[in-house]
Amino acid sequence: MKSSALKRAGRSAVIPLITVLTAFVLAGLVMLVTGNDPLSSYGAIFDGTGLNWLFPWVSGHNRTIAAQDLQQTLVAAAPLVLTGLSVAFAFRVGLFNIGAQGQYTVASVIAVWVGTVFTSMDPVIHIVLAIFLGALVGAGWAALAGWLKAAFGAHEVISTIMLNWIAIWVASYLFQEGGPLQGTQALGNPVSNTIAGNLHLPVIWGNPELQGLDVGVFLALIVAVLYWAIIRRSTLGYEVRAVGHNPTAATASGMNVARSYIVTMAICGAFAGLAAGIDVFGWEFQVSSTTISTSQVGFLGIAVALLGRNTAIGTVAAALLFGALETGTAAINLNPSSINPELAPQLTLIIEGLVVLLVSTDLIALRLLGLPRKLGWGKPQAATARGDALAVDDPARDPAEALRPEPGL
Amino acid sequence: MTDQTPVLELRAITKRFGPVVANDRVDFDLQAGEVHALLGENGAGKSTLMSVLYGLYSPTSGEILVDGEPVRIGSPGDAIAHGIGMVHQHFMFIPVMTVTENIVLGSEPVKRGSGAALGVLDRRASRRRVQELSDRYGLAVDPDARIEDVSVGMQQRVEILRALYRNARILVLDEPTAVLTAQEITELMAVLERLKADGTAIVFISHKLGEVLEIADRITVLRRGRSMGTVPRAGATEQSLARMVVGRDVIFRVHKDAAQPGRTILSVEDLHVRDDRDLEAVRGASLTVRAGEIVALAGVDGNGQSELVQAITGIREPTAGRIAVDGTEIAGRGVRAATAAGIAHIAEDRHRVGLVLPFTLAENLALRRYRQPPLSRHGWLNLKAIRELAVRLVEAFDVRGGGPDSPASALSGGNQQKLCVAREIDSDPKLLVAHQPTRGLDVGAIEFVHSSLIEQRDAGKAVLLVSLESEEVSALADRVLVIYGGRIVAEFPPDVSDEELGIAMTGGAAAAA
Repeated sequence: MKSSALKRAGRSAVIPLITVLTAFVLAGLVMLVTGNDPLSSYGAIFDGTGLNWLFPWVSGHNRTIAAQDLQQTLVAAAPLVLTGLSVAFAFRVGLFNIGAQGQYTVASVIAVWVGTVFTSMDPVIHIVLAIFLGALVGAGWAALAGWLKAAFGAHEVISTIMLNWIAIWVASYLFQEGGPLQGTQALGNPVSNTIAGNLHLPVIWGNPELQGLDVGVFLALIVAVLYWAIIRRSTLGYEVRAVGHNPTAATASGMNVARSYIVTMAICGAFAGLAAGIDVFGWEFQVSSTTISTSQVGFLGIAVALLGRNTAIGTVAAALLFGALETGTAAINLNPSSINPELAPQLTLIIEGLVVLLVSTDLIALRLLGLPRKLGWGKPQAATARGDALAVDDPARDPAEALRPEPGL
Repeated sequence: MTDQTPVLELRAITKRFGPVVANDRVDFDLQAGEVHALLGENGAGKSTLMSVLYGLYSPTSGEILVDGEPVRIGSPGDAIAHGIGMVHQHFMFIPVMTVTENIVLGSEPVKRGSGAALGVLDRRASRRRVQELSDRYGLAVDPDARIEDVSVGMQQRVEILRALYRNARILVLDEPTAVLTAQEITELMAVLERLKADGTAIVFISHKLGEVLEIADRITVLRRGRSMGTVPRAGATEQSLARMVVGRDVIFRVHKDAAQPGRTILSVEDLHVRDDRDLEAVRGASLTVRAGEIVALAGVDGNGQSELVQAITGIREPTAGRIAVDGTEIAGRGVRAATAAGIAHIAEDRHRVGLVLPFTLAENLALRRYRQPPLSRHGWLNLKAIRELAVRLVEAFDVRGGGPDSPASALSGGNQQKLCVAREIDSDPKLLVAHQPTRGLDVGAIEFVHSSLIEQRDAGKAVLLVSLESEEVSALADRVLVIYGGRIVAEFPPDVSDEELGIAMTGGAAAAA
């Protein structure tokens, strides 16, 4: 049984891998037609991610640089794991949480506010309280969308997008010049107060002065394990999956679908809120109107969840990929002799965009290529062999299944 | 007739899916102007064979001949070009388009003249052609109605028209009566007679013996992917066909001793329930079911049965009235209260209500009890206990086609229903509500469900059977209640004649009751 679970997990990874590979090839074509060399550009990006640190032959100064880059990659990936799980959890109950960005935003406001008042508190309790309250408010913000869905049937895509804008504009207002939460030392700048040095999350690798890797990454991994446990091992996750697959049958079994929507969204919001907490206490230490309106962490979570097929392991892997891309194409990490510095950030957007596009169409593409059968993808053998394999209401034929979770991790 | 070249011939068709042989050297031929029935249990390979014919699957081996010429059918387009039309079991429409638009979709007539270059649709010509075909074969449709607004029966006529519109000479009907009311079935049979008289060759796929004997000229039986032979209708009986289908003698009437009714288990008083459109569907229904008896609720579909069952099982909140199970009041208290009071529910629609199809068998079997030990403790599932439950029930109820870890969607309809029955019976209820428990099942599975219900009765449970089939009602019931217009209008002993029952079901007895 164990080996079949492994096999299944392996099969589930094939399609996302092909998706990513295709995105890289297509982006490479873009580089070609714009007169850049794809190979040397990708090489530069790879070095920029710090992943070359894993090669033992990289040494001396290069190794120091690589270590710093890799710390950056992991710092960038940690919140993406959390926002990715936020979106993934909603997918499990059949909801599309576009609101991770708004949930992240309200949580960062709360976290930074709590972190800059109550200065006499014990630092450990203070950090925990601030991050916890941030997650709690994120949960409440998301639960609002769940409640609107449950009580009035308001579509969560619409309501979460609207809640995003409310969160973003209110937060921008709070920190703007003359706004109620503008920092006392920050006259002229739309920035919050700064969190005191003794409240920073401990750095476990690298130089704290140079944004080394903080413990936030562990929190992200713990939440990923928790996510798996909730989904696969708890009655709550069982209900969430049942409602996600078939709300009618769930209702007939005595489950409360409305409650499932609200609880699930609250958990999604808590995940996104934790992402804000580790960012604020890990390396940002203050929040500004500018970062609030330019942050993409929540939106990238959607791409992460889609690419990770809503599984815990997949989401962690996809977050790593996106974190690496962000870091690897940040102009500061690149060697201008092997890549056009103007190309780099655009390339991130191109690859991210392609991944989302391809993930949405991967099943179609693979069907066209005739790959599914060889990969054992699609319907299980027994179902195909059954006489009425053509039933169109079969959920396995539902294109929306492409967005739904895979069994297993 | 036998001397003529068949319009269609399938020779030694074999279709394998991996190690599974869905069709094993099946021969099948069809003459112009005949109805040839393809009979077999769910999963016997009927639909696979027809999918090969329609170009949806390519056969592993074997050949297809149309008018005596070997042809290659690689897609539904090829099939249509050879005059083969398919009426699917699950209709394939664009719901917001009109009847006419759905019929002409894919071969729309284009206006002549300047319109031709622009591809302007000739709506009048389409409409005229549809009307023509509709009149000729008595396929009454409203050409301008939107598909989503018309009845299932009319949708099926639209499917048939769509095939005829594309000049089908060979019409394949996949389980056409499964979705129809008795009245609509009669109308369909008349249409088929007319098509037959016009020279259309018809393949009629079914697992219902009665209707096959009524309409077919010849009958081919499939069992586990193999042809068990072709017989003419003359001389065939339900018994002889059933033996070919199942491979053994089938007991049509499960043996049952006289009921030993005990105390009242279910008591419904003056119940009022509104449906999804907020109309009153149940209007003051009262009934009781006692321990150790099967009470059948007979009625024409849409007379409030579904809403009544939903109210009793806690899915729908009644607007007024009382429901008590063994003395516990449960009206409006939800599904969990109903389950706790001892109600089990074999749902009318196993795909939509009874099962979570992507869930494994084990997960489905846990649906009723996942919150109770040993299946879970303090909110955490005990996967081992869930699996053990599944292993036990799959074994005890002989669920075939998958193990505890296979998805429920992989099972055939009959085995999916066994899964539902297993789960509900295993919850050891006081009252078992069985809503159309044999819908869409083949004879073997029906026999199983019927015996299970009688076993439950003999074990002292109260059983409320809601059925649209008079045969089922007379085979199982100890008392028959008739529901009409949301009220219980008549009560009969089980040996009531079909006529009497029919009159009551259509409102004739309302005055008498």
